[in-house]
Amino acid sequence: MSTHFLLNMKNISKEYDGNQVLKNVNLQVKPGEIHALIGENGAGKSTLMNILFGMPVIHSTGGFEGTVEINGEQVFIDSPQKAIDYGIGMVHQEFMLIPGFTVTENIKIGREISKPSLLSHLFGKGMETLDFEQMARDARKALSDIGLNIEEYIQVAGLPVGYMQFIEIAREIDKTGIKLLVFDEPTAVLTESEAERLLEIMKVIASKGIAIIFITHRLSEVKNYADSITILRDGEVVTHKDIKDISIIEIAELMIGRKVEKLVDLAEDTRTLSDSDIALSLKNFHVDMPGERVRGVDLDIRKGEIFGIGGLAGQGKLGIPNGIMGLYKAEGTVEIFGKKLDLSKLGSALANGIAFVSEDRRGVGLLLDESIELNIVFSAMQIKDEFLYHLGPVKLLNQKQVRQHALKMIDLLDIRCTGPTQKVGSLSGGNQQKVCLARALTMNPEILIVSEPTRGIDIGAKKLVLEYLAKLNREQGMTIIIVSSELVELRSLCDRIAIVSGGKVSAIVKPDAPDAEIGLAMAAG
Amino acid sequence: MQEYIKKAYDNIGLPRLIIAGFFLLVLLSAVPLGLNIATLLGDTLRRWAMYGILVLAMVPAIQCGIGPNFGISLGIVSGLLGAAISIELEIANPWLAIGVAMLVGTAIAIVLGILYGMLLNNVKGSEMTVSTYVGFSVIAFMNIMWLSLPFTNGDLIWPIGQVGMRNTISLSNTFGGLLNETLSFTIGQEGKGLFVPTGLILFFFLVCVIVWLFMRSKTGIALSAAGSSPAFTRSSGINVNKMRIIGTAFSTALGAIGIITYAQSYGFLQLYNAPLWMGFHCVAAVLIGGATTKKASISNVIIGTFLFQGLLAVALPVINQVLPESNLPDVIRLIISNGIILYALSKTKGDK
Ligand SMILES: Nc1ncnc2c1ncn2[C@@H]1O[C@H](COP(=O)(O)OP(=O)(O)OP(=O)(O)O)[C@@H](O)[C@H]1O
Ligand SMILES: [Mg+2]
Repeated sequence: MSTHFLLNMKNISKEYDGNQVLKNVNLQVKPGEIHALIGENGAGKSTLMNILFGMPVIHSTGGFEGTVEINGEQVFIDSPQKAIDYGIGMVHQEFMLIPGFTVTENIKIGREISKPSLLSHLFGKGMETLDFEQMARDARKALSDIGLNIEEYIQVAGLPVGYMQFIEIAREIDKTGIKLLVFDEPTAVLTESEAERLLEIMKVIASKGIAIIFITHRLSEVKNYADSITILRDGEVVTHKDIKDISIIEIAELMIGRKVEKLVDLAEDTRTLSDSDIALSLKNFHVDMPGERVRGVDLDIRKGEIFGIGGLAGQGKLGIPNGIMGLYKAEGTVEIFGKKLDLSKLGSALANGIAFVSEDRRGVGLLLDESIELNIVFSAMQIKDEFLYHLGPVKLLNQKQVRQHALKMIDLLDIRCTGPTQKVGSLSGGNQQKVCLARALTMNPEILIVSEPTRGIDIGAKKLVLEYLAKLNREQGMTIIIVSSELVELRSLCDRIAIVSGGKVSAIVKPDAPDAEIGLAMAAG
Repeated sequence: MQEYIKKAYDNIGLPRLIIAGFFLLVLLSAVPLGLNIATLLGDTLRRWAMYGILVLAMVPAIQCGIGPNFGISLGIVSGLLGAAISIELEIANPWLAIGVAMLVGTAIAIVLGILYGMLLNNVKGSEMTVSTYVGFSVIAFMNIMWLSLPFTNGDLIWPIGQVGMRNTISLSNTFGGLLNETLSFTIGQEGKGLFVPTGLILFFFLVCVIVWLFMRSKTGIALSAAGSSPAFTRSSGINVNKMRIIGTAFSTALGAIGIITYAQSYGFLQLYNAPLWMGFHCVAAVLIGGATTKKASISNVIIGTFLFQGLLAVALPVINQVLPESNLPDVIRLIISNGIILYALSKTKGDK
């Protein structure tokens, strides 16, 4: 007798506009196991999961080939509702929360709890009133289960991305009757300790017999928490194994088809940093960003430095760049090369040579309906009047220059796409991230602030991006500020790392500081 | 080959193919009814170009994020005012007359459009409701104004009493038919053949090119970005509200130029309630052309106006022929235009 599989996807193939993104993929998952789905950016992981979940994007683009079996029975899932009915839950790579709704409403949407009322006795179940108290209690419980400290009645709009991630997860955990849970890169915006907490929760869920499919680019998580693994490359399965039979190095090799050594190889360092040559200085800096408040930060970042900002979600590390860029209300002084920024004026940071890659790539970072090339040149065109024909007062897009530059960036950052005119919204998550980076780099700024620069980027591309940042720094003397939840990344690149806790800088450490010291700083405040 | 056909099909879209098919069907059914196909086609061509610019006004509005501009009546009354002022001045040269009408109309439209844009910035999320309301109220307001504005030219005001402007003002003394007649020719027999209003069509295309260039300019691109993602646009240091005002004002100005173009082709200025439903027709046309409430292009305008006006130009005579002496044509026109708006709006909600 063969093993019993909860989920058995057979010979799945899918094309988008003649572009084959999945080829005869098989995926088998047993009940109660954590199954890792691994692959490069654009390998087809999200697409495979979208097929499983019956997402409209699949069915509006011609459907797919192959069969899906749940508990040995063939099923046809053509809408998310059907998937839910079969007991499948999914935490998407790109958040799918409703901004105007509260946390509770988002967690309970579609599964509202009602209680009998006078009218319902007369007219039936449709007239029952909603049991808000019960729903709020459930939401509270789900939130505290995953350790998120947030009021369940606040609106989701404007919350930082890390919170959204947790709310999505809380929503799935709260569901009853779930047999299979899919997590598409749930840890991408989390620090190691937060990720660990989440992974522990996943273990508990799995021990109840629920199967979990787990997508990540952090291979150590795979090795430590998954039971088995499927590796995709260019839309094909290259391996399917138990986790004990494979090492991290093998995983990395199979996934990108070549060896990766160290995370980054830094170019030779010939810089001299001076404490009197300050690129960016913050004094008594406050930012009113919901969920990421900054409460009085003083920092001096030297010209030519790579400066890291780390800390747990919700402590204010994201507030700092967003405040500098004028995206949230900020107070205090910000000086750029000694010149004071007018914080009340939108775009003054940009005009003074700072470029920013936002952590919220779908909300702030990209024009999803527009082409890759337009996204890449947009800011430089608007702020620095580049890529334009100047005909007197009239400034028209210089299509040729745009195309040339876009092709260069696509090549440089290895953006996997069908061409510079592809819509950004149809790129894989990691490739969207690369477009965001390309836009900031096109600004050729004096100071570059990148927030979660490698969110959702695979290990091969991560090396590429980090090395490119280092190269800009070493060769052009660009000052770079990296805000990241990934300590490893900060350690590999930065000259100094500020740890933000409780809206303040709790410590500034060397990149080789011991884990304990950093852990302590993160928990302080 | 099959690939190619599929691509073309995807680009055009099923609704447009159906409507185009229906258009051809109605056109063919006109033959046994004894209607003159050449005249019907000529009508289609003329209506296409004369309504085109009004529909074009939807592009900057939709792109900048205020959605279909039901308040285009604001631009229309500006254009009517501009035309009336030009007539009042009794400019002899028709080219100068239409030029003055357009300039004055545009100037008024820009001022009103800026105010209207500021209003819309305060009601984000319910622009369509508010713009519909503005569209209707400006017509109502102008109903009073047309009665009391101090025009004195005999072409403009009622001969009796010397106050209040006429319902329809003939343009035969100024720029009536000016664009239509320029470089025009008839295919086939004079009077019975297919009349091609070359000047009108060229002018329509010229304005299309101007709008197309604008949408590719620095401002135009920023404006489209403001419409599709305010957060993104803000993060590039662009004032989203300002872009919306520019888009609204530009749309209103196109409304003014559009109505003057329309009027010269029609031969009359129509005041009072005549433009009441025009906004709806423009919205319907651009939506038929494949635009959504969030995205519209010049090709949506060109295709949509052709299908919408073509259908009306052909269907109405046919219905008249089949059911003479009924007011069915008007009812059909209402059903077609409102049905399309409903259909298109329900579509845009669903797709994502
Ligand atoms: N809606 C779409 N239209 C066209 N192509 C698409 C669409 N969605 C995804 N693709 C393409 O399908 C391929 C696989 O994308 P997918 O999102 O599945 O990658 P992924 O493995 O999840 O990558 P990542 O790690 O970056 O999230 C990519 O080449 C992408 O460009
Ligand atoms: Mg993905």
